[in-house]
Amino acid sequence: MTELVIFGGRGNWIGMAFGAIAFAALAAAPWWGGRNDLQLLSEIYAYVALASLWNLLAGYAGLVSVGQQAYVGLGAYSLFALAILFGISPLWSIPLAGLIAAALSIPVALLVFRLRGHYFAIGTWIVAEVFRLTASQIAALGGGSGTSLPAAVVIAIAPTHQLRDFTMYWIALVLAAAVLALIVLLLRSRYGLALKAMRDSELAAACSGVDVYRTKFLVYVVTALATAMLGALIFLQKLRISPDAAFSVNDWTAFVIFITVIGGIGRIEGPIVGTLIFFALRQTLADLGTIYLMMLGLVAIVIMLAAPKGIWGMVVERFGWQLFPLERTVLSEEPKQR
Amino acid sequence: MRTQHLAAALMEWVNVILQGVLVGGLYAMFAAGLSLIFGVMRLVNIAHGDLIVLAAYVALVVAQTLGIGPLTALIIVVPVMAAIGYVLQWFVLNRTLGDDLLPPLLVTFGLSVIIQNGLLTAFTADSVKLQAGPIEVATIRLAEGLYVGVLPLLQFAVAVAVIAGLQLIFYRTAIGRAFRATADEPAVAQLMGLDNRHVYALAMALSLAVVAIAGVFLAVRANFDPSLGPARLIFGFEAVIIGGLGSLWGTLAGGLILGVAQAVGAHLDPGWQILAGHIAFLIVLAARSQGLFPKVRT
Repeated sequence: MTELVIFGGRGNWIGMAFGAIAFAALAAAPWWGGRNDLQLLSEIYAYVALASLWNLLAGYAGLVSVGQQAYVGLGAYSLFALAILFGISPLWSIPLAGLIAAALSIPVALLVFRLRGHYFAIGTWIVAEVFRLTASQIAALGGGSGTSLPAAVVIAIAPTHQLRDFTMYWIALVLAAAVLALIVLLLRSRYGLALKAMRDSELAAACSGVDVYRTKFLVYVVTALATAMLGALIFLQKLRISPDAAFSVNDWTAFVIFITVIGGIGRIEGPIVGTLIFFALRQTLADLGTIYLMMLGLVAIVIMLAAPKGIWGMVVERFGWQLFPLERTVLSEEPKQR
Repeated sequence: MRTQHLAAALMEWVNVILQGVLVGGLYAMFAAGLSLIFGVMRLVNIAHGDLIVLAAYVALVVAQTLGIGPLTALIIVVPVMAAIGYVLQWFVLNRTLGDDLLPPLLVTFGLSVIIQNGLLTAFTADSVKLQAGPIEVATIRLAEGLYVGVLPLLQFAVAVAVIAGLQLIFYRTAIGRAFRATADEPAVAQLMGLDNRHVYALAMALSLAVVAIAGVFLAVRANFDPSLGPARLIFGFEAVIIGGLGSLWGTLAGGLILGVAQAVGAHLDPGWQILAGHIAFLIVLAARSQGLFPKVRT
């Protein structure tokens, strides 16, 4: 008996068409939006991508890291170092920063993978702290107080201010879309099947022949690569770097975790929904400062206790929607016997 | 002349290591509370460091309102923190326990953000310090050119007493037996008439009682502000892993090793203090991931 596996269900084409229209509309944003809109959208893209990567790591591979700021900062510092010390164009530096981070993530993974579960989480945090403290010892990049990207480097991206804004906006959009596409492709591959099995039960996955260690390793390195490219881009847009900002646990891990948990962990749509909620809350409540952060923490706790699958998880249970064609359905050629 | 020079240099290093050992006692106290709840219920409390800082602020309020010294304030701070621990475990953390790693991690992470920003709202980001009076500057002369402060010495003695006390509670009392039974086989412990929720809440109360002591010593030793929590969590965690999971005396040794590593790092270059501690931790992790003094299970 041959079996055929198809992806997705009824909503498949609707989701794809919706995605294509959204991408086209967002790509045209420089013509319909102002400078502030572009900045806000770029930030949203960065968080969608960061949260999606963390979701892949924690939600699917079971690697609950609270140290992803290590790779945001490493990517950002790689870009500044390549641009300032070696005169490499910032646009080329973004993929290079990703490769540097991927190379460094291998020894890091060998080390932190010795820690299990919760201890892995804090271990990754310590690695991020080591990166931060090391960065603040590099005098050529301003030490503890950081440095700015020289004007010549910035002008090399594009001659006019407006064109630079547009270029960086499109890079942010393409990078976020690429991260989402990468995750979709990964989840559709046989690694994706392994990851989903691991998400549901690591023991059962291992018993079915999944090489759990190798799959986790792969996910960790791929995530580090993409996270570092995002970090490079984020700080290219900021034009200024400091160890505390680049390796901030609040900005690059706490927010990312809250976004994923609120949106729905272990589902690809979760981080997107979470990011939209996060930014909607931020645009309306950010003036409250510390109270806003306390509310965010409280919302995350309540969701974790009351609805651990997050908002998108509730939507899926209620309506069965999915925006990305990931669900596998097995079709058998033989008619079902009754 | 040359031997005199050498002796002075040697004494300097003895001094550095001694200071490191004394600070290490504080780190062991950070670690003991963390290690205790992990041992009993496999929960890693990300908010542990922030709870230490919270205890320091509770001590500040108690000392200022009642006009008493910080060490006397312990009489109030310890039960208050223990009560917070019991309530926190009973109403929130007990609901997160299970096979899934994520809920306890994320809930305590959220708690950490809430405590940190709550303290910022209530006390601002300005750093404060608890005044302990003349004991702060009192010193004992150990040898020519080697002095040790009374307060660090007291802090170290308290740390050793706390570890010994926990060891005693764990292996010599009924509640300790309940802790160990629940840790080994929660379902069977429940069948034998233990209420696991109550046992877990007591463990958290005990953990936060230790946190209270650590918080007060932290506050007397140096300036503190609401942002210090995460670093205290990391120091405690490093001490636990260096010492080896599940071993209380190992935790003390882990704290001392971390303290000495930081002191040596700081002596070489002030910027290297924290980094040296992290590197010591990573070396131990790379060379011997079960820690230096792992508990042997029979």
